[in-house]
Amino acid sequence: MSTVQYQYRPENLVESEQNFFKEEDLKPGEMVLNIGPQHPSTHGVLRLEVLLEGEIVKDCIPHLGYLHRCFEKHGESLPVNQNIPFVDRLDYLASMNSEHAYVMGVERMLGIEGQLDKRVEYIRVLVAELNRLASHFIAIGTYAVDMGAFTPFLWLIRDREHILRLLEWVSGARMLYNYLWVGGLYYDLPVGFEEQCQEFVKYLKPKLKELQQMVVENKIFVQRTANVGVLPRDLAINFGCSGPVLRGSGLRYDLRRVEGYSVYPDLDFDIPIGEGLMGTVGDSWDRNYVRVKECDESLKIIEQCLVQLTGDHKRTRDFDPRAKVPKRLVPKAQELYFRAENPKGELGFYFKMNGKSDIPERIKCRACSFVNLSVLPEIVKGGMVADLIAALGSIDIVLGEVDR
Amino acid sequence: MPKERNMFKLKDILFAQFGEKVIINIDESENYPFVEVDSKNLLEVCSFLFKDDRCYFDYLSCLTGCDLLSENKIELIYDLVSIGLEQKITLKVILNRDSSEVPSISSIWRTADWHEREIFDLLGVDFINHPDLRRILLPTNWEGYPLRKDYKDAERYHGVKIAY
Amino acid sequence: MKSLLDQNFEKGGVVISKVDDLINWARLSSMWPVSFGLACCAIEMMSAYATSYDMDRFGVTPRSSPRQSDVMLVAGTVTFKMADRIRRLYAQMSEPRYVISMGSCSNTGGPYWQHGYHVVKGVDRIIPVDVYVPGCPPRPEALIGGFLKLQEKIRNESLMAPSAIERINAERTKHV
Repeated sequence: MSTVQYQYRPENLVESEQNFFKEEDLKPGEMVLNIGPQHPSTHGVLRLEVLLEGEIVKDCIPHLGYLHRCFEKHGESLPVNQNIPFVDRLDYLASMNSEHAYVMGVERMLGIEGQLDKRVEYIRVLVAELNRLASHFIAIGTYAVDMGAFTPFLWLIRDREHILRLLEWVSGARMLYNYLWVGGLYYDLPVGFEEQCQEFVKYLKPKLKELQQMVVENKIFVQRTANVGVLPRDLAINFGCSGPVLRGSGLRYDLRRVEGYSVYPDLDFDIPIGEGLMGTVGDSWDRNYVRVKECDESLKIIEQCLVQLTGDHKRTRDFDPRAKVPKRLVPKAQELYFRAENPKGELGFYFKMNGKSDIPERIKCRACSFVNLSVLPEIVKGGMVADLIAALGSIDIVLGEVDR
Repeated sequence: MPKERNMFKLKDILFAQFGEKVIINIDESENYPFVEVDSKNLLEVCSFLFKDDRCYFDYLSCLTGCDLLSENKIELIYDLVSIGLEQKITLKVILNRDSSEVPSISSIWRTADWHEREIFDLLGVDFINHPDLRRILLPTNWEGYPLRKDYKDAERYHGVKIAY
Repeated sequence: MKSLLDQNFEKGGVVISKVDDLINWARLSSMWPVSFGLACCAIEMMSAYATSYDMDRFGVTPRSSPRQSDVMLVAGTVTFKMADRIRRLYAQMSEPRYVISMGSCSNTGGPYWQHGYHVVKGVDRIIPVDVYVPGCPPRPEALIGGFLKLQEKIRNESLMAPSAIERINAERTKHV
């Protein structure tokens, strides 16, 4: 008995996503290359329609929507605290950071923002920074694979497995955690976690030095990525880029410092920017360099959190991470736009509550990858096809967020 | 707490420049104050906010569309940020649900290009003078605008049943 | 029945086997999937190919093109826009071809079953599926388990006509 319901017609593909360039409009010598939704080097299902003249890219049109999973419709039908698993699945590489942004937005609406136990806040920052490391590892690893280097990918996946093992110990799942709840956490950290995390930090420090030598200063990598996909600073701001893309173009703008949410004002960390060490300011090498340097900064933050969690805010018998989780969640009628720093940029949530129930009127997710991707056609014009792949990898998109 | 809500200063600047006719409403709630503008004056207000030295809003953070079925209106919310002067402002435009048209601001902030395409795709709002208004997330031959509150799924798409 | 390599080799230097077993053993020991990761399950699939959960020891290496692969691993949510492309990719694979549906989104629509207007509730509405691997996302060990189950399915295949297979199966179950 077959379950297949699909009916094939030859016009299906063209009707569902039309091509932008028509064949009759092409000049002699031009060609349209379709880097289709299934391709090993696009980070997910992204379709690029590239107009080439020989090997030079004249225009590039991204086609999105192949992973549109109706997050906003689910947001309008579920209570605010039950929406957290869907928030996880937006940027599935950095779920803790997405949850952190969402949960802080809801807490600001409820008015319980500054009232959480400091231990809860430090645990949130700790797991968020661990997840930032994991996300950057995948970004740098897959970027190296795109450039042709397979070994850094395997080494980074090995280190990422250690992080995932730690996070699985905390929350129960390897990837999509549902750990940060509105008003607290699901559970406290397990006994012995702080020591294991300390060992992991000690293990990772020489590995980051290795990463620097193997990928960042590697001559082939530099020649592939320097002066490729240059994004000037004012164009980056006008296009709304954020995160490593904006910092790679030279602007020291990090929402953890600007907005000052959670316990980040008490922590000491630098904000690396791209300075054009190997080429021009704002090229792909700079964006990648910013990510590698941010891994160091994340380790610093993790160490400081561990000091706090084993010192002033040590675990006690009567600590309840669910103390401030509201039993009935009905915020008054209001709107709020809250933004936070995801590993990929600025992740913002717009909430509109109508005061009568805990189901929102509207949730909008302002996704960092969606806005960062819009700059791609501008930065690849005039380069070659291989440079297109280099520029795309350096923007670091994740399709779950682009399509939501 | 957000430290960039110096709305009083901005309110005075806007009133001085545009007067009462353009600014319809100003809400000064603690968490999220906003300025409501009419859709025909939107482009003027936005270019003033972009170019003036006291405002200098160079970064469009988010463009949201919301369907208010009960009042028969669609609401657009523009969140602007000034990176250099460390301030934020929120603009709102309220449109009629049946004939919703608003000028496109993608000539000022190029972020708005894809955001407006998404609002066109999911809510059906028409943006005048947009360089390339087509559906971005849904297939080109999809019927309906899903984020409207009265949206009903079609039965099948290309033969496959849509519901569970 | 012992598999081909477990049987005694030192007696005579000749291996005797049925053509069925030989061909099935060849097919199941080197299944090459087309790398087709859609969403979050793709990351677990990548983890399964990489260190710690190496799938290369089972003969599984990812190929980029569907024309060079035996098995399609649908990992992630299938949307209506992507459904047409999946059908086209499936048609480009040459027989014998198998499909593993990884994760609950491609099994039955996953967490998006209720309000997801753009999500296909299960990839088996588009192409026929052989093995379903549950999980959201399934652990890499679960994915390896899915491959082993597919290997079992291939091991029981036969080149004979269906009526002959039914007769043999009836005889086999008579002794149970």
